[in-house]
Amino acid sequence: MTLLSILDVELALLIVGVAIWTIAARDLFGAVVGYVAYGLLLAFVWIRLYAPDVALTEAAVGGGVTGVLLITAGKRLGALKNAVPDAQPRLAFKLLTAALAALVACAIGAAVLMLPDPPPSLAPDAAAAANGAGAGLGNPITAVLMSYRSFDTMLEKVVLILAVIGVWSVGTDKAWGGAPAPFRKAKSYPPMVFFAQFLAPVGVLIGIHLFWAGANAPGGAFQGGALLAAMWMVTMMARLVEPPPVDAQWLRLSLVAGPAVFLIAGLAGEIVAGSFFAYPPSLAKPIILLIEAFMVLSIAAALPMLVAGPPSERTDP
Amino acid sequence: MTPSVLAGLVGAALVGLGLYGLILHPHPLRKLLAFNLIGSGVFLVFGIVARRGAAAGLRFDPVPQAMVITGIVVAFAASALAVALILRLSAETSRLTLDPEAWTKPDGKDAT
Amino acid sequence: MTTLLDLFTLVAVSAGTFFFFAGTVGLLRFPDSLTRLHALSKADNLGLGLVALGLIPHAENLLSALKLIVIWVLVLLSSASTSQLIGRALRRGRK
Repeated sequence: MTLLSILDVELALLIVGVAIWTIAARDLFGAVVGYVAYGLLLAFVWIRLYAPDVALTEAAVGGGVTGVLLITAGKRLGALKNAVPDAQPRLAFKLLTAALAALVACAIGAAVLMLPDPPPSLAPDAAAAANGAGAGLGNPITAVLMSYRSFDTMLEKVVLILAVIGVWSVGTDKAWGGAPAPFRKAKSYPPMVFFAQFLAPVGVLIGIHLFWAGANAPGGAFQGGALLAAMWMVTMMARLVEPPPVDAQWLRLSLVAGPAVFLIAGLAGEIVAGSFFAYPPSLAKPIILLIEAFMVLSIAAALPMLVAGPPSERTDP
Repeated sequence: MTPSVLAGLVGAALVGLGLYGLILHPHPLRKLLAFNLIGSGVFLVFGIVARRGAAAGLRFDPVPQAMVITGIVVAFAASALAVALILRLSAETSRLTLDPEAWTKPDGKDAT
Repeated sequence: MTTLLDLFTLVAVSAGTFFFFAGTVGLLRFPDSLTRLHALSKADNLGLGLVALGLIPHAENLLSALKLIVIWVLVLLSSASTSQLIGRALRRGRK
């Protein structure tokens, strides 16, 4: 066994161990911390699977932003009075569930071991379609996202907007149009303010670079947008800015800009290049980058709004 | 054992663990955590399919990887919606449970 | 020349790993949270700095080497800030 395969086995055991901790931890906070660590370790596995774009997305969105979401949720839940959790289930039920879970895991494991050989692949189709559209992108994943399967990506942006609308609708009627509750109740704390003031400009620069470099290297709109979203959340956590009211025009325009530009480009493709979502070959790369720029704006606006939550009645004027 | 087969088996184990946690934990947020575990296990299985599909001069098949990237973002959006619903439900019923039998408003009437 | 650079990388990364190991020993063995915080923030940052220093000779160009240093500075910054936040929370008696 080579050194690398020993490290692979260690990484696998570590991931399963942290996942067990996430399930078996006593309290919610411990479980969430375990989940964030698990997300970061999973990024390693993605690197081993030759998927650096997915590793970036997993570390940023799966580990980072989801962790902030769950910790904020736990804090808000803990602030509710009279919230009494249920009793634990009985042992027989636990054993039955464990048997079911083991059965499902074995079924999936068997499917993994019985995958067809030689493995089927859409790589030639994707490469042919991306080159045929004249995209000229060096990163095949960006080519798939924005050219071969562009309709799926646009629908995914629409799903983000639907989730924001759903989160906003959960607020009470009286609070509609207001701003979500601030991320921290306490007033600003100097080390946090220093952290936000130092990190935010650097993070914005790195986020834009990730988006721009994603045309030819690992990166892309999702990763860059997630980083920009994280920077906005850091400044909100430091209380340098407050969450905006949900009926703010600029917020709603930023949210819909991404899918709107995408849809317009797709419809224009019908007129200009002959079919829905086709790009004219000479202009393919600039159009893709333009769409991606607006996508970054929408993602950076949507993710913090999803974490901030529904509009709440402000107790302080 | 290649890294991809190992990662696929880890994904299968994660789905099993997540299913166990999803069914057993009474706290709604821990159910959400377990559900995210199931999701990332499924994404790992996608990942090994992508790795095995190396062709056309690439080291991987980009289509499943693109699907996983959109999947991670959509899973986060669904988690955020679930969190908002759980918070509102707990505020309305003053109970931390998804069991409809137990929901009563603070003034004693039924929440549903 | 390359063997000298390789030797430098080996020594620096090994020293960095040793500091990570020391930090983990501190995390496991120190009596309470504040001392564990001290072990983590000091030893881990020094370990990361040594690892980054050791990887610089193997960077492809000057820009990649600068990126490694920027990574170390960013981790220093976030570690310092979060240590302050955790310390304040511990002093107030929260978890």
